[in-house]
Amino acid sequence: MGKVVPITGNYAVAYAAKMARVQVVAAYPITPQTSIVEKLAEFIESGELDAVMIRVESEHSALAATFGAALAGARAFTATSSHGLLYMHEWVHWTSRARVPVVMAIVTRTIGTPWNIWPDHGDFMDQRDTGWILGFGMDNQEVFDLTVQAFKISEDPRVYLPVMIGLEGFILGHTTMPVELPDQKELDDWLGPRRQGYVIDGREPLAIGNLAWPEDTEEMFMDIQKAMEEAKQVIKEVDESYGKLTGRRYGGLIQCVGCSNAKYIAIAMGAWAGDLIEAVQKLRDEGYPVGVARIRFVRPFPTEDLWKIINGVKGVIVFDRAISFGAWGQIYTDLVAGLAQYTRNLPVISDIVAGIGGVNVTHTDFYKLVKNFVDIVEKGEQPPVFTWYHKR
Amino acid sequence: MLKEIIFYGRGGQGGVTAANILVSAVLREGLYGQGFPFFGAERRGAPVMAFSRISDKPILRHGMFYDCDVLVVLDPKLVSLGLTKRIEVRDRGVVVVNAPDNMVLEKKAFTLKGSAKFYRVNATKIALKKKLVIAGWPVVNTSMLGAFARATGLVSINSVAEAIKEYFHGPIGETNAEAAVEAYKQTCETEVC
Repeated sequence: MGKVVPITGNYAVAYAAKMARVQVVAAYPITPQTSIVEKLAEFIESGELDAVMIRVESEHSALAATFGAALAGARAFTATSSHGLLYMHEWVHWTSRARVPVVMAIVTRTIGTPWNIWPDHGDFMDQRDTGWILGFGMDNQEVFDLTVQAFKISEDPRVYLPVMIGLEGFILGHTTMPVELPDQKELDDWLGPRRQGYVIDGREPLAIGNLAWPEDTEEMFMDIQKAMEEAKQVIKEVDESYGKLTGRRYGGLIQCVGCSNAKYIAIAMGAWAGDLIEAVQKLRDEGYPVGVARIRFVRPFPTEDLWKIINGVKGVIVFDRAISFGAWGQIYTDLVAGLAQYTRNLPVISDIVAGIGGVNVTHTDFYKLVKNFVDIVEKGEQPPVFTWYHKR
Repeated sequence: MLKEIIFYGRGGQGGVTAANILVSAVLREGLYGQGFPFFGAERRGAPVMAFSRISDKPILRHGMFYDCDVLVVLDPKLVSLGLTKRIEVRDRGVVVVNAPDNMVLEKKAFTLKGSAKFYRVNATKIALKKKLVIAGWPVVNTSMLGAFARATGLVSINSVAEAIKEYFHGPIGETNAEAAVEAYKQTCETEVC
């Protein structure tokens, strides 16, 4: 048993980076991320963490420096939000395509303009095509667990890809909740030493970033696609071995609540999935056969796992906290594309986009929306495919 | 059991700290807790809310709320200005006010869904007596946690005092814990007219 401490989601990330014994942190402050690197700076200052803090002039340099440190063999970490993440976007791609293990926390915040500091998932979902593994927590404990697991996943030789861990600003980032910290020695043994595919430290002649012919380039990218497939298994193994260490298993790429006997499945990612679970528990008490599949990883996308629970159900309602303008919510899009590999007879699937710009969406909203969806399908009617649920 | 609590005070008055210390206090009793600030930016001196949840089960829900089971008012001016009307107190709710001894509490300053019990304590006086003053402001948040323990019985004063000492460390933690205990003793149910 570890020690339970009341900490914010941002501090949970900082504790996780400390307990993973990161050696280099390069970061630039941005609301609502700042308290992560402030806490890490405190840890370094007090001697609790033996690491170098590189104070850079921008997020573009933050990830460049993190990448450079990781390339040279250090366990390196950074964190950002929204515009900071957009500003470092070139290095986001560069890091994954170079296959360098790095962990970065994304404290989600709405992308401007208009200027907005509240959370939705727009900045995080914008990273789907970058080649990073993308995980997202539901509460502070999971944020801590996911962040330490991210190092293990990223540094697995079958993967060697960087990992982003998402948590909503304020909703988790600034909210104090109990978090159990594992024993440091046990965590050290579980995580093991830093591993990576190659190191550039000047001892051997090695270069990256040179011109590669189209076929060579394409093969490197094909390897990333293969590594993403491998990562599905690695994520499940890490969830299992971490479960042995701490007693907490989340189920891998998705977490299912009441799915086995459900005729309807509700899907969401992030903190509001907790509100969704609370609403669905109430609906189940009232006789509604609904289960929740909570998305923990959007990359690699858990198509197979979702198909297993969706196969045979009457309806699926997806809650997206981001929108691909001109299309739909991204989870919906990926889900439908993935399920189409298995069947030509999809169940009724509705996409609800909500909580954009930080609009407060809670268990009472989910109760109403899921109930309404099930009632419509049970009547034999077709619910709208896409709804932007707006509250004023 | 899930209780939702709003600390209503002024920016810089320590409402968020109180909400966070309360989480630490309830953890000592095997309960679950959440504490968080108003989402976004707030200014020093402006009326601000901080939020807590206490439950005997892991807390799944997140986000802000504007109706509550317990309302803790750190600044009596918020009552006299009628700003406390912005928050709805649920049926069988509890209201705890930092009130000067001569202050008359009136029902019309609150929005009550049903019945509510009112408690008062002169936390400002306790803070001044303990010389708990920062930048000219009496520090009432820790006293109001003691008052919360007395008024609601949701957490023991011992756990509150221990959580305060852990949060602040050293002599300042001791003084704040003493203020909480003193407030706990002085808090009493009050009539509202």
